[in-house]
Amino acid sequence: MIVRILNEGQWRLTDEAVRGLNSFDDAVEQAVTAADQDQLTRALHALLDRIRTSGTPVPDEELADSDLILPAADSTLDEVHQLLSESEEGLIPG
Amino acid sequence: MSGIFQRISLIFRAKTDKALDKLEDPRQTLDYSYQRQLELLQKVRRGVADVATSRKRIELQANQLNTQADKLTNQAQKALEVGREDLAREALTRRSGIQQQLSDLQVQHAQLQGEEEKLTRASQRLQAKVDAFRTKKETIKATYSAAEAQTRINEAFSGISEEMGDVGLAIQRAEDKTAQMQARAGAIDELLASGALDDPTGTAKDDITLELEQLASTSDVENELARMKAELSVGPSAAPQAIEGQQAPSQQPPSQQPPTQAAPPPSLDAQPPQEYQAPPTQSQEAPPAQPQGDLR
Repeated sequence: MIVRILNEGQWRLTDEAVRGLNSFDDAVEQAVTAADQDQLTRALHALLDRIRTSGTPVPDEELADSDLILPAADSTLDEVHQLLSESEEGLIPG
Repeated sequence: MSGIFQRISLIFRAKTDKALDKLEDPRQTLDYSYQRQLELLQKVRRGVADVATSRKRIELQANQLNTQADKLTNQAQKALEVGREDLAREALTRRSGIQQQLSDLQVQHAQLQGEEEKLTRASQRLQAKVDAFRTKKETIKATYSAAEAQTRINEAFSGISEEMGDVGLAIQRAEDKTAQMQARAGAIDELLASGALDDPTGTAKDDITLELEQLASTSDVENELARMKAELSVGPSAAPQAIEGQQAPSQQPPSQQPPTQAAPPPSLDAQPPQEYQAPPTQSQEAPPAQPQGDLR
């Protein structure tokens, strides 16, 4: 499974490693729901650290689609909301 | 993994699909897409340059503020040497204001540096992906089966579109941050220009410098007078009073207040503002010389 961390690049994770990430996902979602910036930063840092240590970086010259896309570690609540708002145009330059 | 990350991924994918749908004949539009990638790459490089410019501007301002802080420290030292605690206090108060600005600038500098590194890395990554896309593009053009070409085109497009989306976001973010920094840097420039932080190039003299110079030139005059009187005293008409004046420097405590002036006020290059001018002294009745040592 390939995971992209926005602003950082892509990592390849084994299925087993991915299973270990589920609890982190919940923590991030809770922080976004609660609009708690500190909690979001902590949860994202924990999640991304785990991915960086358990995954292997996808080489720059490899063109691969990611299965998951994660916000950057220093993302603000606003930025995460913006990522989630589908009305936002121009995210992908065609 | 589900939840918000799945949603974010779906959004990216939806946008890629939308981009692909626009392409009626993908094979012919490969070149067009490649052009768009090169444009984005240019934009990223300009972004890196912009952030670097901002960072350098902050470094320049920090240098100016540092110079200013050092100058104020020196001024405080000099003011204390001539026993002007009020001037020393004023100089140190100004310095603490400047140090606040400095620590704020250091935080901004670290942020910009981080942004610059991320963007540089993104630029390298995109460059590698664009190169990979170009290679794929040529391979696809050589493919005979339309169905096979379509599959490969989809792969290439979605891989590069995702990267372009990511880099596009990074650029947007860097532009926003740079704009914020520019606004703050402009505020500091205005502050420097208004004289509130003084002019670090030293072309204009601040009030503390002026007053210190005035004190120093007063004592220069005193020293000169004492020297002349000492020369006279070794001559045939030497007066005991003048000899006394010659010995005065070593006997006078340097902190005596206020300094007695035996000569008209200095008229060197300084144009002291009225409100900071030293109180006039009765030079006529004063003892001939009371030099206070070299103040410079």
